[in-house]
Amino acid sequence: MKKGNDHGKHKYGMVIDIDKCTGCGTCMVACAAENNVSVRADQSDKERTITWMRLYKISNGKEFPHTEVSYFPRPCMHCDHHPPCVSVCVATATKLDFNTGIVSQIYTRCIGCRYCQAACPYGARYFNWWDAFPQDKGMDRYLTPEVSPRMRGVVEKCTFCHHRLMRAKTLAYAEDRRELEEGEYVTACTEACPAQAITFGDLNNPEHEVSKLIKHPFTFRLLERIGTEPKVYYHSSRDWVRKLGDNFLPGEYTPVVNKTWAEEEWSTKPGRDEF
Amino acid sequence: MDSPLLPHGVKRCSTWAFFFWTLPWLALLAWGGLSAFLCLWKGLNQTNMSNVFAFALWIVFDLAVIALGAGAFFTGFLTYIMGQKELKNIIKPAVIIGFICYSGAMAMLGIDIGQPIRGWFIFWHANIHSMLVEVSFCITCYLMVLAIEFIPIILENRKLEEIKELRIFGHSLHEIMAVFAATGTFLSFFHQGSLGGMFGVMYARPFAAREGFYIWPWTFFLFVLSAIACGPCFTILCTKLTEFFSRKKLVPDSAIQLLAKISAWLLSLYMVLKIADYLGWMYGIIPRSGLTFESFFREGPYGVYLVVCEIIVCGILPAIILMVPKGRQNQGWLIIACLLNCTGIVLNRFLFIVVTLAIPVMPFDRFWGYLPTWQEWGIGFAVIGYGFLLFSAAYRYLPIFPKERELNPITE
Repeated sequence: MKKGNDHGKHKYGMVIDIDKCTGCGTCMVACAAENNVSVRADQSDKERTITWMRLYKISNGKEFPHTEVSYFPRPCMHCDHHPPCVSVCVATATKLDFNTGIVSQIYTRCIGCRYCQAACPYGARYFNWWDAFPQDKGMDRYLTPEVSPRMRGVVEKCTFCHHRLMRAKTLAYAEDRRELEEGEYVTACTEACPAQAITFGDLNNPEHEVSKLIKHPFTFRLLERIGTEPKVYYHSSRDWVRKLGDNFLPGEYTPVVNKTWAEEEWSTKPGRDEF
Repeated sequence: MDSPLLPHGVKRCSTWAFFFWTLPWLALLAWGGLSAFLCLWKGLNQTNMSNVFAFALWIVFDLAVIALGAGAFFTGFLTYIMGQKELKNIIKPAVIIGFICYSGAMAMLGIDIGQPIRGWFIFWHANIHSMLVEVSFCITCYLMVLAIEFIPIILENRKLEEIKELRIFGHSLHEIMAVFAATGTFLSFFHQGSLGGMFGVMYARPFAAREGFYIWPWTFFLFVLSAIACGPCFTILCTKLTEFFSRKKLVPDSAIQLLAKISAWLLSLYMVLKIADYLGWMYGIIPRSGLTFESFFREGPYGVYLVVCEIIVCGILPAIILMVPKGRQNQGWLIIACLLNCTGIVLNRFLFIVVTLAIPVMPFDRFWGYLPTWQEWGIGFAVIGYGFLLFSAAYRYLPIFPKERELNPITE
């Protein structure tokens, strides 16, 4: 058994290109449908609705005509270093899998104390305030058979569509393969994004696109300074977007102005914010 | 009607007067019972808790009553381990208050978890890295210790004492009370501490996160210290309240003064360490997270005034009043100081629970506010009602104040 994730065989993660994201919300819909996320007739109480993948609208705060708007799609970050939610869980209902890097949630073991929600700075964990689905509406016919619906009173979160990994592995085993090809296992949000803003893959595999993208200077992570080591990366050529990825004291943020995406090398041209 | 049950040589109100006295507390219990039923039947959607406020009023109540109930273990420690015989005059009410606080907190926690039937998973699937596991283990064990400490007090009831076996059992338990006092002290130290540790270890929430010693964040030690600083004050307040309603003196001033003096020293030490903790946090964790102290209070209903209130009005001020002999000897000032001290500790717990969750960590997220529903208040107030009922019944039927007869001779 592997002792630490750095030595793990696979480390699944994603890179979300914020410059490509149009904020259409398809990732949210695909995620909810794929993962049997509970819905209610009235979804207006946003403090209590469940959105494993959630879009945050951000703005550069400037007046027209300099206003720019963008979106942060936020799944679970699947923190790689000492995930804040894992160590606090009283009943060992959540765990970081060192072989895949996925932070899992065992619904049938969760007692619903919500300590993990309090510990997570990304708001990626959701509590089932109501029973799963209206029983008499026939909605159970639309459920994904591979994903168990959650009962009232437990916490749930994005699993990187773990069932898709299981499915891909089963298929590979049937074909007498022990390793998955790139693209064989992707999350529902990755597959659904019409702008192809999400790239998913094995961060430990140098052949995978994600492992190349995370080395780019425009790539950053949410709240990197806190030290949670998220496996979800973001990519943007705009400094104001990158700056919103973390908290900075005045003068602390260093803009990446000398690197241009097109040339893939250091140059003296200013970054996009300068135009 | 119930005179054969009343202790010898003391005066108690009539049965009817006692019955009417219990009505408001029974009403609170009924309100709480209805709220609990709704929460268990319909789920926690009956509350205003949310994915933002995963912890809310009930956890504030829990942490508050557990801190206030620390008077039980600490008075026990002072009486039986440190040999402060004077405190024997107040140890019984302290134990009863502790029992009320801890059993009330446990009952609330049972409703607060989303799957109450799975509560035992904490013990079965225990995650030893979780501070909340340590809290659960120690609180459960300590509640048993408190129950054992409560039994001999119950057995002192006039009717029960007539049964020889029970009398011998009660007296035997008295003999070994030091063992339970020591066990209680050990357990309490760890759960009061780990309640603080629970918040200090949330390293991804810069408002609550603290550095510390080995695996224990500073909040671990500060919570222990704050609990033993306010616990005795809460015991004094409850005693004074009983004296007010019964219109007699029940505890000699020497015992109250001793507790007040000890509380004063502990509160002063706590204040020094708490201010140091605030400074260390403001110049350490906050700037390292790219934040400033002011940024936590930029929006929303929770402002810097809460911290000012906690430290100055409800911390330094009561510490000074209790420290000055003239201050603590004056009944009015003593009660004000005890009230402020207890309020300060509750405020501290509120800051760590509700304010921590109200402050967003992601720069593009917003500040939040929270107001409890009547169901949440109902369950909170039910604990208060339960406390009043149990303490009143204990006062009426058990000789919990050893000096009551001496201080209030019946002249008939």
